[in-house]
Amino acid sequence: MSFTLSNLLPVLPEVFLLAAASFILIFDLFISDKNRFLTYGLTQLTLLICAWLTVSTAQQGVVYAFSGMFVDDPMSDILKLMVYLSVSVVMVYSREYIQLRGMYRGEFFVLALFAMLGMMIMISANHFLTLYLGLELLSLCLYALVALQRDSAVATEAAMKYFVLGALASGMLLYGMSMVYGVTGHLDVNKVAAAIQQGVENRTVLVFGLVFIVAGVAFKLGVVPFHMWIPDVYQGAPTAVTLFIGSAPKIAAFAFVMRLLVQGLEGMVHDWQGMLMILAVLSMAVGNITAIAQTNLKRMLAYSTISHMGFLLLGFLSGSLGGYSASMFYVLVYVLMSLGTFGMIMLLSRQGFEAENLEDFKGLNQRSPWYAFMMLLLMFSMAGVPPTVGFYAKLSVLQAALQAGYTGLVIAAVLMSVIGAFYYLRIIKLMYFDAPKDTAPVKPESDVGLLMSANGLGVLALGILPQPLMALCAYAIHHSL
Amino acid sequence: MFAGFPLLSLVIWVPILAGLLVLATGSDRNAALARWVALLGAVAGFAVSIPLYTQFDTLNVGMQFTEMRPWIETFNVHYHLGVDGISVLFILLTSFTTVLVVLAGWKVIQKNVAQYMAAFLIMSGLMNGVFAALDAILFYVFWEAMLIPMFIAIGVWGGPNRVYASIKFFLYTLLGSLLMLVAFIYLYNQSGGSFEILEYHKMPLAMVPQILIFMAFFMAFAVKIPMWPVHTWLPDAHVEAPTGGSVVLAAIMLKLGAYGFLRFSLPIAPDASHALSGFMITLSLIAVVYIGLVALAQGDMKKLIAYSSISHMGFVTLGFFIFNAYGMEGALVQMISHGFISAALFLCVGVMYDRVHSRQIADYGGVASKMPMFAAFFMLFAMANSGLPGTSGFVGEFMVIMGALQANFWYAFLAATTLIFGAAYTLWMYKRVVFGNVTNEHVEHMQDISGREFLILALLAIAVLGMGVYPLPFTEVMHGSVNNLLAHVAQSKL
Repeated sequence: MSFTLSNLLPVLPEVFLLAAASFILIFDLFISDKNRFLTYGLTQLTLLICAWLTVSTAQQGVVYAFSGMFVDDPMSDILKLMVYLSVSVVMVYSREYIQLRGMYRGEFFVLALFAMLGMMIMISANHFLTLYLGLELLSLCLYALVALQRDSAVATEAAMKYFVLGALASGMLLYGMSMVYGVTGHLDVNKVAAAIQQGVENRTVLVFGLVFIVAGVAFKLGVVPFHMWIPDVYQGAPTAVTLFIGSAPKIAAFAFVMRLLVQGLEGMVHDWQGMLMILAVLSMAVGNITAIAQTNLKRMLAYSTISHMGFLLLGFLSGSLGGYSASMFYVLVYVLMSLGTFGMIMLLSRQGFEAENLEDFKGLNQRSPWYAFMMLLLMFSMAGVPPTVGFYAKLSVLQAALQAGYTGLVIAAVLMSVIGAFYYLRIIKLMYFDAPKDTAPVKPESDVGLLMSANGLGVLALGILPQPLMALCAYAIHHSL
Repeated sequence: MFAGFPLLSLVIWVPILAGLLVLATGSDRNAALARWVALLGAVAGFAVSIPLYTQFDTLNVGMQFTEMRPWIETFNVHYHLGVDGISVLFILLTSFTTVLVVLAGWKVIQKNVAQYMAAFLIMSGLMNGVFAALDAILFYVFWEAMLIPMFIAIGVWGGPNRVYASIKFFLYTLLGSLLMLVAFIYLYNQSGGSFEILEYHKMPLAMVPQILIFMAFFMAFAVKIPMWPVHTWLPDAHVEAPTGGSVVLAAIMLKLGAYGFLRFSLPIAPDASHALSGFMITLSLIAVVYIGLVALAQGDMKKLIAYSSISHMGFVTLGFFIFNAYGMEGALVQMISHGFISAALFLCVGVMYDRVHSRQIADYGGVASKMPMFAAFFMLFAMANSGLPGTSGFVGEFMVIMGALQANFWYAFLAATTLIFGAAYTLWMYKRVVFGNVTNEHVEHMQDISGREFLILALLAIAVLGMGVYPLPFTEVMHGSVNNLLAHVAQSKL
């Protein structure tokens, strides 16, 4: 293959991001603490330019680069844009929080940008090794981010757990990939799919490899029984990092499942459907039931994430285009809600005070009716109650699963979401029915307040008019597979 | 003059927008403004619903005032509204009740006034949406969304045990609703991608799916009505809710469940409805007789009226499942009449509670000597609740008993016991509260009703008496649609 510029065009956002992140890394060394806003500004600018590059290089169809190791399709473009958006929102929400906690340094921004590069590679990977490289780049940055507050014992512990378990999962994933390679002789996603389609001699080994791959994927998604790291990491990490981990990487994880299972191992859909079904049921049950017992909001949201990922799998395991676009819709909606809720925790936090216990939300309606209302919208959306967008996310995955004939699974999912509604309602109860324990006024910086309002109202507005986002997801899936 | 004019959209969105406007008045410093805006909004909401009645074509058995716009193309969901003779009266009832609720909360609510008024206005718009929706997803959105303001209303302005009651209320109804959602999705997949309710009416279905769909709907609607044995949330919710909340719950929310049976269960699964009618009638009769006896034993007035509501709603479901015109029309009349009477009774209890801060029957006695005007109103509503001829309570009960008699003597016999039990628990409560000697010093200082309270109770008294003496304006509207529904249900879908 010849190296011409047109070959590099699909990779342009990644190339630019790599250069920009390296530049910010060096640039940050030469500025004093009071000029740190420059780093922040450059980071946001980088995201903006990435978005512009992604839009301007977007193609109608599917384009490959680097001998088919990299793919640029509508799904990847849309997912990447969502990743930029959520990272940008994370930066806005986190700024004040990290300033007050001594983390307002170049490392935070550079690590976040490199993590984002990892996500983009995962989203656009068309080769098992590229996928793995993207995943590792993301994971390594996240391990470091969790441990960023180096004097915090909980954060360090969380980082250690995350690292050890993450390394184990990566090992499993690689082992599974090696078996698939052994049987099919390929690592390219399309070629693997074609080889399986033509029929392989040793299917047992292939299924064996699939089990390892699914285990690795399950770990990255954080579904039961590979969820152990989620509660500890969510609780232990500084909230700004939790917000980061809980948002954009979920989009990358969605793409990861799409590339590996749906595109690469499409021929084994009947094998992985059963596995995902078990994972989905367990996640919804364990996530929702365990969340009830939590008193720490971050930990509770960690379990809620687990149950949401279980719902996400419902779309995948229906094995249809409608199901995949339902999953995509679900993950985007989930990221929107997750950004809002963790953002709210930071909005209520002050110097030396973390609003991370359920108690801290007591009487929020009297302290700030507006933000209490935003949180109410977010919570009802998490619970899947209309007219918020969370309802349509649930509706679309349930519809896909029911169409595929999983009636029992759908009823189980519905029962679990009733259990789940309880702990979301409890937060609303704390905010509206109880008297405030803390009377400090809620006064976020104006950009944070504005963005939080947009986030909360966005959940409502998308709930009233969900069609554009749904159509976008359907378009992405139909034009990429 | 109203042809093509989006009346139903107005009926839904005027109260909701008014509610948002009330919210915008902000904190309790502007409470007076919030009250007036709320009253204006409620009156405007009622005013826009009146043309639905005056322009209603009683000869047309189909949907009227229809509106249809695409909403979510991916799932083929439409913003499809329309009313027939069954639903139109409930929209009027909802809008009317909202005015009363705003007036009833005028003085009592001093905390978060704007939020209180907004919650009830928004709820009113959403409930109108439930009655007007002809698309299953649109229906579901309204159906679920109205839980949110009610949950807040019970939880914020309710009694001591309000947290338990509000969460119980929410989770109970959510469970039922989600099963209904599964049924909707099933019907969507079966019909080849349509959420049109009227489409489902025509769709042929085998017996087993019909039974399953019927049971899923049953879970949603029986909880809402509520039918025995899934009624236990209602006494809790009623006791803890503020007066306005109790009024809306009793007058309208319970009717939503019954309406659901007429709009979904019966026409979508007619064969299952016939097959399970024995089951439904049994549950209804248990509600009528057993819950009537339970009401007799209550010491808390609100609880007593709550149980009385369950018992009266048993009549409604009985009327539906004996499948004749008397029964069904009687049930509908009973629903509207109960909307007036239960609202009035809860308001009466509210009037006393505001003065004495107790709902216990034992804390009262001799109210008549201190509040003669109030006692007269209370008497009328108590009599109506026990089904005295000349009041609206009699008409519905009589028609349902007539219908039951056509079906089976023993149904009618058991149902008729309510005339005894209903009179017993209502009048016994009335006697203990209103007559006798003044035993409590709080009662000693009770003031008779104010002009505002008089207005509320007088409006309801006119409605109760008017409907009791001359029910024709109500029955003629529903007549065509009821016969149409009965004819539809009589045809097998197998």
